Amino acid sequence: MQDAVPTEPAFLKLAGISKRYAGVRALDGIDFACERGKIHAVLGENGAGKSTLIKIIAGVVQPDAGTMCLAGNQVSFATPSAANAAGVVCIFQELSLMPDLSVADNISIAAPPRRFGLIDARAQRRRAEELLAGIGCEDVNPLMRVRDLPLSRRQVVEIAKALGKRPQLLILDEATSALTSADVEKVYVMLARLKAEGVAILYISHRMHEVEALADRASVFRNGRHIETFDWGARSTADIVQLMIGRDIAAQYPAKPARKPVTPVLALEHLSWEKHLDRISLSVGAGEIVGLGGLDGQGQKSLLLALFGVLRGVTGRITANNREARLGSPAAAMSVGIALVPEDRKTEGLMLPMSITDNLTIASLGAISTGPFVDRAKERTTVTRSISRLQIKIGAPSDAVSNLSGGNQQKVVLAKWLMTEPRIILLNDPTRGIDVGTKQELYRLMRELADQGAAILFYSTDYDELIGCCDRVAIMYDGRIVRELEGEELTETNIITSSLNVHAATPATAGATHA
Amino acid sequence: MLDDLAIKVRQNIGLATAIGLFGILYLLYNMAHPKGFSSAVLVQNGNEIFALAMLAMAQTVPVLASGLDLSVGAVMTMVGCVASYLLAGTVGGTPLHLEIFGLHLGLGTFPGGTGGIMLGMAVCVAIGSLAGFVNGCVVVYGRIQPIIATLATGAVYIGIALFLRPTPGGKIDEDVNWALTNSLGDFAATVHIFDDGAAAWFTPLAWIPVPFVLLALISLLVWVPFRRSVLGRAVYAVGSAEGAAYMSGLPIARAKIAAFTLAGFFAGCGGLFLAIQTSSGNADIPQAGAYTLNSIASVVIGGTSLLGGTGSAIGSIFGAMILRVISFFFRIFDIAPLLQPLFEGLILLTAVSIGALGVLRVKNTLELFR
Repeated sequence: MQDAVPTEPAFLKLAGISKRYAGVRALDGIDFACERGKIHAVLGENGAGKSTLIKIIAGVVQPDAGTMCLAGNQVSFATPSAANAAGVVCIFQELSLMPDLSVADNISIAAPPRRFGLIDARAQRRRAEELLAGIGCEDVNPLMRVRDLPLSRRQVVEIAKALGKRPQLLILDEATSALTSADVEKVYVMLARLKAEGVAILYISHRMHEVEALADRASVFRNGRHIETFDWGARSTADIVQLMIGRDIAAQYPAKPARKPVTPVLALEHLSWEKHLDRISLSVGAGEIVGLGGLDGQGQKSLLLALFGVLRGVTGRITANNREARLGSPAAAMSVGIALVPEDRKTEGLMLPMSITDNLTIASLGAISTGPFVDRAKERTTVTRSISRLQIKIGAPSDAVSNLSGGNQQKVVLAKWLMTEPRIILLNDPTRGIDVGTKQELYRLMRELADQGAAILFYSTDYDELIGCCDRVAIMYDGRIVRELEGEELTETNIITSSLNVHAATPATAGATHA
Repeated sequence: MLDDLAIKVRQNIGLATAIGLFGILYLLYNMAHPKGFSSAVLVQNGNEIFALAMLAMAQTVPVLASGLDLSVGAVMTMVGCVASYLLAGTVGGTPLHLEIFGLHLGLGTFPGGTGGIMLGMAVCVAIGSLAGFVNGCVVVYGRIQPIIATLATGAVYIGIALFLRPTPGGKIDEDVNWALTNSLGDFAATVHIFDDGAAAWFTPLAWIPVPFVLLALISLLVWVPFRRSVLGRAVYAVGSAEGAAYMSGLPIARAKIAAFTLAGFFAGCGGLFLAIQTSSGNADIPQAGAYTLNSIASVVIGGTSLLGGTGSAIGSIFGAMILRVISFFFRIFDIAPLLQPLFEGLILLTAVSIGALGVLRVKNTLELFR
């Protein structure tokens, strides 16, 4: 295929870059270039080689072969700090923040302002405030510890930290995956400004509508190869998806069944907790997927945690399977048939150094044990069954789960809970940082589980997903459910207006133009 | 900026608890003591606290970088044995020699007098720092876990101490002993400054015990600048999330080596003081072990997380003081010495539990595991 001709000399130019990990080819003779003042989207499924490419550019890993030129000079970065010194700054998907240090400390960690050789705390704080204001997030107090911030705010800090390094080439690797729509807008503004200043920007995201809104050019990768680079607009979204996965895909979301009366499996009455949940009443029926929408941090995550017995001091009534449930711990929640796919799969969902088998069976050991001992044969059959059911791509079941890609790790988390045969499934943003193909498999699986009678409560930061997957969406604002949307009402405009808790006069259909 | 203050208080709750607990305990102690609230009691307590406070500071730095240093007691003991040779202060100097494998090696004469003593102190602290530096290098370049690395080097340092002082002995200049283990007034009188301590502006300060002044000086001149340096922050960053610290381009190897070197420095100060206080060197193995374990306890009581990343050496000083005050109570209430370890253990458990009371306030149980 003929690549689009660059309009000016490339700022970053890669030639013949290859990289192998333990015999597995991650990148295979990549040629790639990007220019100043352009936002260049890098597209591809997980495992396509995008992460490796970025890590090579950012100095985290060294290529086995090939050359890299920056502004016409050949370079090779031995460490991330060498790359930073050359103006190459990366905002990584895995956050590079130190949780016990303050926001201000983190932002200025590498080169803090100094007075008499010591760190000038006041100047450092001013700097943090300026950088945070630059991306419209003045609400973060620089004295706060990163540990005490919600994920979306941490990501904002991460972005501020990267901007503080005055990048010439800025790489955003799923940098918006935990952000709310409002924050994403601010990031757009910030990127437009950097673009005007002549910064070269590499943008990696699984959210197609973001790429659509931002990209000037795009490159598609597949299986460690560079497939094609084109100016944005030269190809349709369907073409691009086709290039990324190399096979045809049907509709992105599985068809929703016709609405019919459902028997409630989970019912909440006046659920309150601290300042985060305010008299929540909601019911989820068998076979129903109910979405939780709204801006980030309006209590959606607390609600899921409350239902999984993690929070203390929850008031109100929870009815599960027609019986009042007293959920004092995750174990109690499990015993009434509740499962939660947690927010952070790496710390709350998985035990990374343990094997895939151990991770899969850890929540349902009782079912595969005889007396105090795990029945090895039973374990093998159940593990094999769930691996094939969810089509988890693995080497061997005894491999550490940390070796899997993000999408497959998330499948392991889900499979682990499916083994407990839950009646009520709580999902906390399960598609964060996952490639398109795996996302679609998850959507299909959710619908399948619902059809088998499960009640699903699904929180997502992606409105598109809520509209595509859910039978009903409850919008939360300031700890309350402000509106439930269903059927025809379920449009992006309605979700956004309800999320902001404004009553827009515009007709509900006006903004529903997305795919 | 009430908001900022609230954040600061919340982030330093461990330190605040330790200070409060110490305040209460020490007040009770003085009220129960027949000669309470006097300079003499304060001086005695200062002498008993200093070495442990130093070791607690020493332990804090590697712990902040999420490593444990099991050699602090050994470094203290080794430096104490060295001090018992170099701080004799004999006019005309002290001849040094080494008996090794039946060989007799003369090492020349170590200078005496005030200059010699100052030099001796500097050498002692330098040896402590060197021992810490070696620990750091073993951990970083040997890629050995700190707990094992320092267990091994600690045994080596104890070995050196035993070699230097097979039996307790040696000599420390009497004036140094007197000047550093009494009140500021005695110090001024001994070293002939401020009209031998009689200057009018000085007399209101004369009651302050020298050990506490030293403690404050070391905190202000060593710890505070270190904490506010780039290297000091790197130590915290490494303890908080080593991977993130690496990705942020921090000098991880240097931070770890610095942490252990600083630990060696503090432990060396502790050993030097202990030798001065006892006027001798003693390669006491049980004592070295007890100091190491108490240093870890002090760090925890002082609000530093054993997981690294949060806490401060100042908190550990208060942790050490709390531990010591507990043992002072035994003297006052005349509890049988054989029961002492039992009570010490129970009280330690209670003290640490108070620090963990915050757990009960946590409304999101998931936070307990972060």
